[in-house]
Amino acid sequence: MLLILILSIFPLVASIALSLSRLAFHEGGVDLKFIGFTNYQQLLFGLERSHFLGVLKSPSPLGWAIVIATVGLSAYAWVRAARSGRVRPIGLVLRLIGGALLVGFVWIVVQALVSEGGRPGALIVTLIFVFAGIVFQYALGLGLAMLAVQQVPWRRFFRIVFLIPLTITPVGVGYMFLMMTDTSKGPLEPIWVALGLRNFTWVTDPWLARLAVIIGDTWQWTPFVFIVLLAALESLDQEVREAALVDGAGRWQSFRHITMPAILPVTTTIVLIRLIEGFKIIDMPNILLGGGPGTATQSMTLQAYIDWNTLNLGRSAAIAYLLLILVSVVATVYVGFVRRRVTDLA
Amino acid sequence: MRNPFARRSVTDLSPPAKLGAFVVLLAWSFVVLFPIYWLFVTSFKTPYVVDKGPFYIPFVDFQPTLDAWRYILVELGNDTLRPYTNTVIVGLSSSVIALVLGSFAAYALVRFTYRARIGIIGLGIGSVAFAFVATALGAPPLLALGSAVAIFAILAQAIGRRFSRAMGNSDIAFWLISQRILPPIAIAIPLYVLYQQIGLLDNIIALIITYVAANLPIVVWLMRDYFASLPRELEESAAVDGASIYRIVRSIVLPISIPGLVATFLIVLIFAWNEFLIALVLTSANAQTMPLQVAAQNATRGPQWWAMSVLILIMIAPVVIMAILLERYITKGILVGALKG
Repeated sequence: MLLILILSIFPLVASIALSLSRLAFHEGGVDLKFIGFTNYQQLLFGLERSHFLGVLKSPSPLGWAIVIATVGLSAYAWVRAARSGRVRPIGLVLRLIGGALLVGFVWIVVQALVSEGGRPGALIVTLIFVFAGIVFQYALGLGLAMLAVQQVPWRRFFRIVFLIPLTITPVGVGYMFLMMTDTSKGPLEPIWVALGLRNFTWVTDPWLARLAVIIGDTWQWTPFVFIVLLAALESLDQEVREAALVDGAGRWQSFRHITMPAILPVTTTIVLIRLIEGFKIIDMPNILLGGGPGTATQSMTLQAYIDWNTLNLGRSAAIAYLLLILVSVVATVYVGFVRRRVTDLA
Repeated sequence: MRNPFARRSVTDLSPPAKLGAFVVLLAWSFVVLFPIYWLFVTSFKTPYVVDKGPFYIPFVDFQPTLDAWRYILVELGNDTLRPYTNTVIVGLSSSVIALVLGSFAAYALVRFTYRARIGIIGLGIGSVAFAFVATALGAPPLLALGSAVAIFAILAQAIGRRFSRAMGNSDIAFWLISQRILPPIAIAIPLYVLYQQIGLLDNIIALIITYVAANLPIVVWLMRDYFASLPRELEESAAVDGASIYRIVRSIVLPISIPGLVATFLIVLIFAWNEFLIALVLTSANAQTMPLQVAAQNATRGPQWWAMSVLILIMIAPVVIMAILLERYITKGILVGALKG
């Protein structure tokens, strides 16, 4: 435990120091120059904002509608919490701050995505990857695990085969998808030709490029959800289900009232782990598209990696710290609001 | 012949539904296996064949060659063998250690209540920070570490008990998982400095320690859910019968949580097997692992698809064999029998 404490705290302290400084070369070595919060200021408000947050333009009517709806809903939730009388004053203040943060965040997202000429930066791109990835991976993983616990032929074959994508090193998966998405030499070439897309490249359209990353990520990580849920489903007590089915419960009912509650705790753990790991996505966008077109698929970790490679260690650490804050907030809210509801383990 | 789709029990699917499930599973197998098949055929191609366009079937579409395999296994010889052995040692040892430590921690977090004193923890953090600052200011690392431990011990005795705010089990668990939040890119350089100070750079021990620390939270979180889903009555009745806690864990808890243990082991094994960035920073020649070899195939001449394919295939082979051996344990029945008896 002490070892973990050291391994966890030392990098934390060291990267704070790094994120507040700039690397300067001089004869015979390098110097870390303390520059305060300049790195953060650049990312959030200054030169690097279009890169990190996105190009922010005033929202379209739909964008305004989303912002107003968010403000309305947060205000409604807050008033309801205040009226219920069960929330202490400190809780109300925290909720107010949380609501303000939520509205501010939605405001940024809307300006980048639902506006004329706006463009999402690394922060929003990362969020898109994470949430799209989790939805697809969980849906596929759960579906496949539900099918693979049935007494179907070739059951063992399926269970082992489905694990394979996870066993390939992420860098390798990146290169593999680079082969797959190649429209002239890749194995899917006949399909591209049939669709008249032989000279088409993924890298021209930002959303297709992001879709390619999400597909690759889903291919790779669905097995993780699959194997954890498979083990959870296998350790369920079958007699309860048997009894329910004999008593005339439908399959959907037995899934909804028996299976789902039993796998809900481990579900929340899977989502939490994938949430934390997903925010660190780097190999797929980097190898597949180099973060392109432009910066359309540049995730936060990839941006930090690029800064790291160009020896801008200070900004790299600053991005990593902003990522740490973002993920901590998301994970805390998730554990507090979702996990505590479904399990007493929290 | 017996119909493989026939219904076997009440909970089983009807034959048409079973056929449907089979078809869906087959379709996903195709999605999974097709890229692997492509790696397989690519590994038998020459650069010229790869460049000419897609060819699918050896001997029919193109003349296969063993060039890439010979290059990786014979010409590179030891340069492949060394990272390969490193990967096997690091992967297996770190995941076994993480599984053992993590399962005990998870079981403890499920069945016992802890109250970790915030004052003591803060003091610990302060002492580590002190050692760090002292080293940065030029004190010898060993002296700084020693005095930090001394300060911690003295202050913990003197004032530590006054702060009675404590962290519960869920806070401890959340702290553990929060270790994984910081991206590897941010911890790589501090870890490099740390291991440089204690002289473990380019040493597989450094990798093993780091991977154990990195995978422990995953083991704790997954195993916590599995342990919590076990019926408490079994353990309680054993305790009433006078079994010691170690006895209970060994002969009741562990056997019935085998599916969870196996799944968790496979996951952390795979994570350690495939880790890239930390291995890249902490190793140079002796302790290199396979993911670095794969990435190295994208050299100045562009990606060497054929060599890369060979490396990926030999890299996943042991894990797949492990999965084949262990898959049989992810199966039901053990718990049900225990409850009846």
